[in-house]
Amino acid sequence: MANSITHPRPRHTWLTDVARFGLLVRDAIRPRATPFNLAATVVLSLGLVVTWIRFTRGLGATTNLSDNYPWGLWIGFDMLCGVALAAGGFVLAAAVELFHLERYRGFVRPAILTAFLGYVLAVLGLLMDLGRPWAIWHPMVFWQPHSVMFEVAWCVMLYSTVLFLECLPSVCERFRLRRTLALVRRAMLALTVVGVVLSTMHQSSLGGLFLLAPAKLHPLWYSQLIPLLFFISAVIAGLSMVILESTLSHRLFHSQVADQRPADVDRLVIGLGKAASVVLLVYCCVKTIAVMKAGTWNLLPTPYGVLFLVEVLGLGLLPCALYAHAARVGSATLTRCASVLAILGVVLNRLNISVIAFRWNEPVRYVPHWMEVVLSVALITLGLVAFRWIVNTLPVLGARPTLTPDHGEAVSSKAAPSRGAVSGNDDGHAPSKEVSTCLRSPL
Amino acid sequence: MATNRRDFLKLLGTIGAAGAVGGQAHSAPPASSARPDAWAMLSDLSLCIGCRKCEFACKQANRLPNRPMEDFEDEAVFEKTRRTDRHNLTVVNRFEAPQPGEKAVYAKIQCMHCNEPACASACPVAAIRKTRQGPVDYDPSLCIGCRYCLVACPFSMPAYTYDEPFAPAVRKCTMCFDAVSRTGGAPACAKICPVEATTFGTRHELLVLARDRIHRNPDKYVDHVYGEHEVGGTNWLYLAPKSFAELGFRTDLGDRPYPELTEGFLSAVPLVVAIWPALLLGAYALTKRHEAASRGATPPLPGAVELLGAERTPTRAIEAGPQVRTGSKGK
Repeated sequence: MANSITHPRPRHTWLTDVARFGLLVRDAIRPRATPFNLAATVVLSLGLVVTWIRFTRGLGATTNLSDNYPWGLWIGFDMLCGVALAAGGFVLAAAVELFHLERYRGFVRPAILTAFLGYVLAVLGLLMDLGRPWAIWHPMVFWQPHSVMFEVAWCVMLYSTVLFLECLPSVCERFRLRRTLALVRRAMLALTVVGVVLSTMHQSSLGGLFLLAPAKLHPLWYSQLIPLLFFISAVIAGLSMVILESTLSHRLFHSQVADQRPADVDRLVIGLGKAASVVLLVYCCVKTIAVMKAGTWNLLPTPYGVLFLVEVLGLGLLPCALYAHAARVGSATLTRCASVLAILGVVLNRLNISVIAFRWNEPVRYVPHWMEVVLSVALITLGLVAFRWIVNTLPVLGARPTLTPDHGEAVSSKAAPSRGAVSGNDDGHAPSKEVSTCLRSPL
Repeated sequence: MATNRRDFLKLLGTIGAAGAVGGQAHSAPPASSARPDAWAMLSDLSLCIGCRKCEFACKQANRLPNRPMEDFEDEAVFEKTRRTDRHNLTVVNRFEAPQPGEKAVYAKIQCMHCNEPACASACPVAAIRKTRQGPVDYDPSLCIGCRYCLVACPFSMPAYTYDEPFAPAVRKCTMCFDAVSRTGGAPACAKICPVEATTFGTRHELLVLARDRIHRNPDKYVDHVYGEHEVGGTNWLYLAPKSFAELGFRTDLGDRPYPELTEGFLSAVPLVVAIWPALLLGAYALTKRHEAASRGATPPLPGAVELLGAERTPTRAIEAGPQVRTGSKGK
């Protein structure tokens, strides 16, 4: 009895309930409170606020778009850059599924996942930017095949579907859907061919949109070859993104790629860099031809000429040389540096064409509204968070399939359990220490 | 459609194979495809007195927020050159007189109603269309709001209601298409013009009228009917007492209809669809045989290739790759 007086049993009140719930929430949040997660939460919340304002007060309240600059950051960056940087999906799929460059198979799944996320984000950006996003299905019904935008609309829709289907094998493996897996595997060749065809049309038609703007786009950038240039530079962006991404994956998810030796990956990365170098050289040549055809050499010693040279020499020819040199001396680090430059080059090119060199002689220029910037950053953050979640849930990064259509449990004995653990202990494995670090890695 | 060699090369150029040799622009201006009896407007800028009554009437006709007509006499607006926007489908700008001491020149601008409109060819859902009668009309119920028409228009005339969250739309002059086709008469701006600077008629008769005015008063007009050939001809024609370039008109647009700019590219699309799969599958077959030969076996089924490939990957990579200096990346 004395005990009960000195240690009274805690009374069960709503206050203690709240406190207990608070403790539960704290325990759930604390291990995930990495700097990246905190920053992502802030950015995504801001993004939601911007979305709310966009859909209640309109484009005028959230953007600096005007009648002279009808396309801003959401089209120039989210759409054009997002789609270009997603080109790795079709490039790697073609290399492995069509051209039998089997040694690059390990890159295919992450590349296709990146491509799919890139397209999803581009479409989200488009939904923000379209004046009437609820009418986005109209091009499917009200045809106007003489419009490049019509082609863009169809290709985005079809290719997103293809990318989704190409992503399915990892989903099937994770959830042991053997029959679906067999079906998707059988369709993979056809899907890849369709994907390459759609990408060719789509990447080039994004450039083709600007064929109608000879009176508005700076002459150094306007060219009849702009669709071709968009296609080639998309291949560059795709290859460079795969290189960069493999680097990041190995830093951030190394437990999942433990069966890949860094030296092997470096060799493959250098191989991709070699290909990117060749494509960059072709790109620079076509770019030169475009300027020669237009006869706009005299515009080079102007501010826009300098910008053009920065884009073509600094972020085109330089990464080309770096890639080539890296392949000669066998330096994967150099290849990775070159990939960053090449990606920046493609981004600058898209921004130049859609925003910076568009209506270049207008006295009042477009400068993005801070809410446009916030939303673009939020979309990128969303992409990173989604990538991390999917990679931690589905077998994407490891080189080996974890399930085959016919023979049940497959090759990888090392990668599978760790994935199961990451995805929430369905398989009864406790998360290894390695995996928990991976979850909390400061991506 | 007859395709000559140059067109074909151009096509190839667009696809990519012959990018270097493709792409000569059409040199000869194409014959105007405008029907002679199409509706048209002639604005004689030598007659315009800058009263801006047309702006008032336009707002009235299009049910846009308006002000009393006296407000339009305020000359302060002329200090800046304005463009059309969501509240002003037509605007009048003032420019210096051709000779010192003469009256200033006023230029009314609005949608030019091109014979082959860039905006209509750009629109993915045919919300903008060239009517049989001549005006370029817009149907907001089809519009998705991509604003490609604003990008495409060489005259930069369409505007967008960015401030409207729930039903934003493109705004542009439609030559009062609905009103005129229902009740006849002339578009609002032509009806109200006190000096008949803007005349409504058929394109043919207005061209004759314009030529006649130039012929009778060669000193008063520059010898050019703006809109007769520009971007393939427009249904809004202009006469001016001084060069059009000095009146804010673009004179660098050429006579080629804008839709032709994307025609070559779009006609390459079916070719890509037809040729690409064949080439890709050819490459697939070739590389498969190569793979099989290098392993000294018959080509296995695709699914098996995949699995074998996955098994084989690491060793092959080590054998085949170049010498590597591993980068400075740790665990």
